[in-house]
Amino acid sequence: MLKLENVSKVYKVGTFGGKELCAVNDVSFEIGNGEVVSLIGESGSGKSTIGKMILRLLPETAGVITADGVDISTLEGAKLKDYYRNVQGVFQDPFSSYNPIFKADRIFRIVREEFFPQVGDAEWTVKLHKALEDVGLNPKHILNKYPHQLSGGQLQRLLIARALLLDIQFLVADEIISMLDASTRIDVLNLLADLKSRGLSILFITHDLSLAYYISERAVILYRGCIVEMGATEKVYHNPLHPYTQMLMASVPRLDKKWEEVKVDLKEKYTEITKGCVYYDRCSIAEKDEACTSERPALLEVEPDHFVACCKL
Amino acid sequence: MSLRVENLTVYYQTLHGDVRALESADFAIEDGEIMGLAGESGCGKTTLGNSLIRLTPPMKYIQGKVELDGEKLPIWDMEKMNAFRYKEISIIPQYAMSALNPTRKIGKMVSELLESRKVETKTIMPELKRRLDLVELSREVLGLYPIELSGGMKQRMVMVLSTLLDPSLLIADEITSALDVSTQKAVAEMLVEFRDREFVKSMIVITHDISILYQIADSIMVMYAGQLAEKASTDVIMSSPKHPYTKLLISSLPKIGVKYAEQKLAGIPGKPPLLLDPPTGCRFRERCALAFEKCVQDPPFLEVEEDHYVACWEVFEKHA
Amino acid sequence: MATHNLKPQTEKAPKKKNEFLYFALRNKKLQIGLVIVLLFLLLALIGPVLAKNEPFAYANPQGAQPPSSEYWLGTTFFGQDVFSQFVHGLRATFLVGVLGGGIGTFIGILVGFTAGYRGGIVDEALNVLTNIVVVIPTLAVLLIIAAYLEVRSVFTESIFIALTAWPWTARAIRAQTFSLRTREFVDLAKMSGMKSRKIIFGEIAPNMMSYLVMAFILQFGGAILNAATLDFIGLGPTNAISLGLMMQISILWGALQFGSWWWFIPPGLAITAIVGSLYIMNVGLDEIFNPKLREM
Repeated sequence: MLKLENVSKVYKVGTFGGKELCAVNDVSFEIGNGEVVSLIGESGSGKSTIGKMILRLLPETAGVITADGVDISTLEGAKLKDYYRNVQGVFQDPFSSYNPIFKADRIFRIVREEFFPQVGDAEWTVKLHKALEDVGLNPKHILNKYPHQLSGGQLQRLLIARALLLDIQFLVADEIISMLDASTRIDVLNLLADLKSRGLSILFITHDLSLAYYISERAVILYRGCIVEMGATEKVYHNPLHPYTQMLMASVPRLDKKWEEVKVDLKEKYTEITKGCVYYDRCSIAEKDEACTSERPALLEVEPDHFVACCKL
Repeated sequence: MSLRVENLTVYYQTLHGDVRALESADFAIEDGEIMGLAGESGCGKTTLGNSLIRLTPPMKYIQGKVELDGEKLPIWDMEKMNAFRYKEISIIPQYAMSALNPTRKIGKMVSELLESRKVETKTIMPELKRRLDLVELSREVLGLYPIELSGGMKQRMVMVLSTLLDPSLLIADEITSALDVSTQKAVAEMLVEFRDREFVKSMIVITHDISILYQIADSIMVMYAGQLAEKASTDVIMSSPKHPYTKLLISSLPKIGVKYAEQKLAGIPGKPPLLLDPPTGCRFRERCALAFEKCVQDPPFLEVEEDHYVACWEVFEKHA
Repeated sequence: MATHNLKPQTEKAPKKKNEFLYFALRNKKLQIGLVIVLLFLLLALIGPVLAKNEPFAYANPQGAQPPSSEYWLGTTFFGQDVFSQFVHGLRATFLVGVLGGGIGTFIGILVGFTAGYRGGIVDEALNVLTNIVVVIPTLAVLLIIAAYLEVRSVFTESIFIALTAWPWTARAIRAQTFSLRTREFVDLAKMSGMKSRKIIFGEIAPNMMSYLVMAFILQFGGAILNAATLDFIGLGPTNAISLGLMMQISILWGALQFGSWWWFIPPGLAITAIVGSLYIMNVGLDEIFNPKLREM
């Protein structure tokens, strides 16, 4: 349903815009109908940038993003609005997503004004109440309140309800759980999984590996803007092949076993990588050599639905 | 070292009245113990951590006794606490790494800090450098500005600083939250190493991330809505929690190996009470499936099994 | 073991809407500043009605006289009623403040919002414009314009002031808009298909309400000061009296040498008091709007 082909995002930084910062580097993957794909990466991996590009909040520098075959960068005006009927996003900080001086349900009013101007009051109320109930909220407790009177979990669910009102097919969920409490996290996660079973495709952007495992069929591991490994979630988690993925899996604090005695190479300040493998500096593979620094490794399928980008495998 | 806290109650003064952020906290920490303090946001864990070392307005001391190594801590008196702060008891506050003065080089900041505590920078410099080596920070870091360091480097710097004078007790407030997975592991393991090398005798590690506590803490204390719920060794809390809240909390944590399709995890319905006017007695009773009449009374924090403390009437009934 | 008293739960806590009012009514700086400005405003409104003589009328044949029961603020060198000039001048001063400040704020808002929200080349162009206007030597330009315009009214003076004062407001608003437009609720508005203009005035501007109010007050005070300066050096209105003009004429006609303090001190004091109070009000407003500055 949504496909990214060789998408890159390059920023001009430094004084007088001399240097370039490559936030997203030649990324390609796709998300099918009713599929949940996790985009996993640490800070600086470019995962949020990809999310914003899909949502047309940032233009891509290179490559093409297509939704059902249509290049989204060509959409303007009414066509862009149609795109937003199908694709919506929810972000990390629930409190920042609401204009603090207005009531929380203003977001629904805006949706109504922009997308459903002809719908009558009674019909709209029914639609709204159904959407709220679908996300597990009681309209009586939610409507007519300011954002600071509601909890983070409720606000996030309101945003999901807003997306549901539009009857979307694709949701970009950018770290939507990270600012919620443990007890509400699982509720919002379960909600997303429920919606998936009703046909919604989700791009689940996160840095938390256990959440990604819980909910997604496929996982894409990002490092410094490049995909290093991707495939079916079980395969990537239980048989990580790329040294970065292996390091991630070893560093995740798990609840069933203690950390192994694996030395972790800490990331120092950002160093520029112009060519070659982005993970070279921290790579612990014994066989790494000049081949790794001369060209970027391509994503190769090592087993069905399991791709790795490492020239030493 | 030993820490004994009895009946500690601290409220926040606000325009709307007093927020009862910490109610009758009663617990002890032994020598060499790393105690994890877990709970959701607003449960009072940061309040507890801060009140032990820096009880400033709008926090208001109501009652309670804190004893560190047998000596009473005058936590309500900011001036008298100066003698203890940084030397006997130290804190790595939340967001510490973002609070570094951006216009000061690290080395200058360190010397300013030490001078304010009446410690000669020159005499302690060799030890500082030794510790920097331990946490794998190059000595050049003292000549850099905070913006030139990564998040992990800043956090390690702050850790070294806070423990430089070998305090008996270290309070670490959410020091791993803003870090990447790999740096989190390094920083958490460093905490344990500090204890193992006796730079610090005991620690209180405050976090909402129980999985980190599982990895490094000896014991875990769970708080809810300003009250202590349960305290036990890590293994016991994870495998056989007794408090209803702890049980629900542990079971709601996603683990690698658990998929929604195979095993749907459940959350805890409802939300924590507002602490401006909290319900009487056990504050979890409104969300608790096992609540009964006695729960309107404050449950005391009692030892029901060896080293296993719970505050729940239902549990007391079972053990009676 | 000390036990301290609990603060009793007092009356119903103020709701969010009234929170501003609650603090506003208790803020000393706002109270004092507002009272002073309002007093002068009152004087400006009813004074001219009360004044017995026309400001330029030669009422007292004896020339400069100190305040008396007949002439409350004395008379000028030419025998004009200082009190009458004073209250009429106050009116002109307030008019300049409102017009000059208002137009300046308006232009600043337009430029600031557009530059801040659009960014890119529009921002660059508007920045160049702003910088040029800042750098222009106002006085020199005004002298030249004054040479060409024989008749200057309070209105034209306001326009000049507005046209040279807007850059500061524009810059401030641009900076605020920059920081607000990266907030996620703006992203959400974009994803709802809202047009840019609607986003600026519907989402961003309301968030900056306090900022805009304070910007206007600063422009108001600044306009009064600028007008006083212009008047004093002789570029003031030719067909009206203003406080600055009073000061100019009084110094020109020897008020200092003859010791006619009643002629130049009241206008000077009035300007200082009004502008000073406006700035104090601004500080008070800042405290009200910014919870972190409030004292408990």
